Amino acid sequence: MSYGKPLPVVDPETRPFWEACREGRLMLQRCARCGHTRFPPTSFCPKCRSGEHEWVESRGRGRVFSWIVVRHPVPREVYAMEVPYVVALIELDEGVRMASNIVGIAPESVTAGMPVRVVFRRATPEITLPLFEPEPS
Amino acid sequence: MYALRDKYAIAGIGWTDYTKRSGRTVRSLASEACLAAIDDAGLKVSDIDGFVSFNFNDSVPAIAVATEIGVPAARYANDFLSGGNAANMIVLTAAAVIEAGLAETVLCYRAMNGRSGFRLGGGRELAAHGITQFTAPFGWITYPQAMAMWCRRHMIEYGTTAEQLGEIAVTFRANAVANPRAMQRDPITMDDYMASRMIVEPFRMLDICLETDGACAVLVTSTARARDLRRKPVLIAGGAYGGGPDQGEDLFDALRWPDHSHNYAKYIADDLWRSAGMGPADIDVAQIYDCFTYSILMQLEGLGFCREGEGGSFVQGGRIARDGELPLNTHGGLLSEGYIHGLNHVVEAVQQLRGEAGPRQVPGVETCLTTAGAMTCGSAMVLSN
Ligand SMILES: [Zn+2]
Repeated sequence: MSYGKPLPVVDPETRPFWEACREGRLMLQRCARCGHTRFPPTSFCPKCRSGEHEWVESRGRGRVFSWIVVRHPVPREVYAMEVPYVVALIELDEGVRMASNIVGIAPESVTAGMPVRVVFRRATPEITLPLFEPEPS
Repeated sequence: MYALRDKYAIAGIGWTDYTKRSGRTVRSLASEACLAAIDDAGLKVSDIDGFVSFNFNDSVPAIAVATEIGVPAARYANDFLSGGNAANMIVLTAAAVIEAGLAETVLCYRAMNGRSGFRLGGGRELAAHGITQFTAPFGWITYPQAMAMWCRRHMIEYGTTAEQLGEIAVTFRANAVANPRAMQRDPITMDDYMASRMIVEPFRMLDICLETDGACAVLVTSTARARDLRRKPVLIAGGAYGGGPDQGEDLFDALRWPDHSHNYAKYIADDLWRSAGMGPADIDVAQIYDCFTYSILMQLEGLGFCREGEGGSFVQGGRIARDGELPLNTHGGLLSEGYIHGLNHVVEAVQQLRGEAGPRQVPGVETCLTTAGAMTCGSAMVLSN
């Protein structure tokens, strides 16, 4: 069955991120000059304007900063079978925030500050999405 | 900082019917609202020489309106690619354009088939380009979904409750009951609010604004000239536009925003109040951008009507009702009058300041705040008579 949900259109800035996801690694940009870690990917460091950066692997661990539970599917034909689902802003230990889904837990059990860890789900041969699940206690 | 205190004024307003299915072109709606504003001011089409509008590709270019209504010479026409954040900024821009000598009489309008045509509440295309590649693949797509994330954060930080959001929805609906222009005129109770369908937690259906086919327009010219026209001028006392650091790459993107429990309002408050020479205590009535119930709270807090985190308790106990200490959204707002993307708030402010709001008129209004925007960027004005 073909994948029917929105897919990233990889661009020159984001290619290393998505290629690493496909290999099961969550990578972040770190400024080669001042060491500032940033996400989403950009060409210039917002702290020191350097155009030089390196990709460093995230521990893939963080906490739920905020979250929503989608109950009404939009577009309906895409998400009718997916609701309810959780979208969260996750604050990674490296200090950046990322949007993703929280899986492996009932939506009503998600709490603020809940520790989570990355889990990779293949969408297509090209794209693997970094999702998050509760950190085992 | 806006440095043209009281020098420019709104001399005319116009609007179409607000419906779910206009059966008309967006250009036709824009032209009707603009013609109504020209007539309201007692001017002729040939007096108009400037246009400012904003759109998400669902409006019509200013030159199309100028062409349809037969403006002989549009000396200035500007369509901002913007959302609700621009609904006050375009009025400030009109004043700046006149101050610069680029035009003398400028129409600001917003027109859309927001329900029967391009729906802002709808989804996006499946190919997630640019910044949306980090949001849409996770099913984070619509504006209600975007703003629910902010609302939750406010609840986490400050304990804001559903009942406090409901107070806003119920109050604005009561105002719409008294507004013949409003799309939703059946009163609702707190029970109705609590029972309304969960769309995206923490938002219920009644937390979310309407989608509307319609248009409205305001006509800006110098205060000196406006004094010779048909209507009592409504003065632009002050205004501001902008946001904080890390506004992101589009209106949806707030991945880098410092904390979603506050929005643009806190960043423009100083400029707004200093430009007008006023403060929150000087405001008689406010029309605050309400794409969602929740956006009211962070604007009240950010602009200093209450402290951060206290918006929820501020809106309770009748304070924001028409006979309360700070009447809000006397037309019913985007939640109950209609979604003309915030420019309809300016129309209502003008009516309140002229004293022509009929059964929903607040007695003795001398100052009215209008705001536009809910997330990282927005605009606001202080209007007076
Ligand atoms: Zn740097």
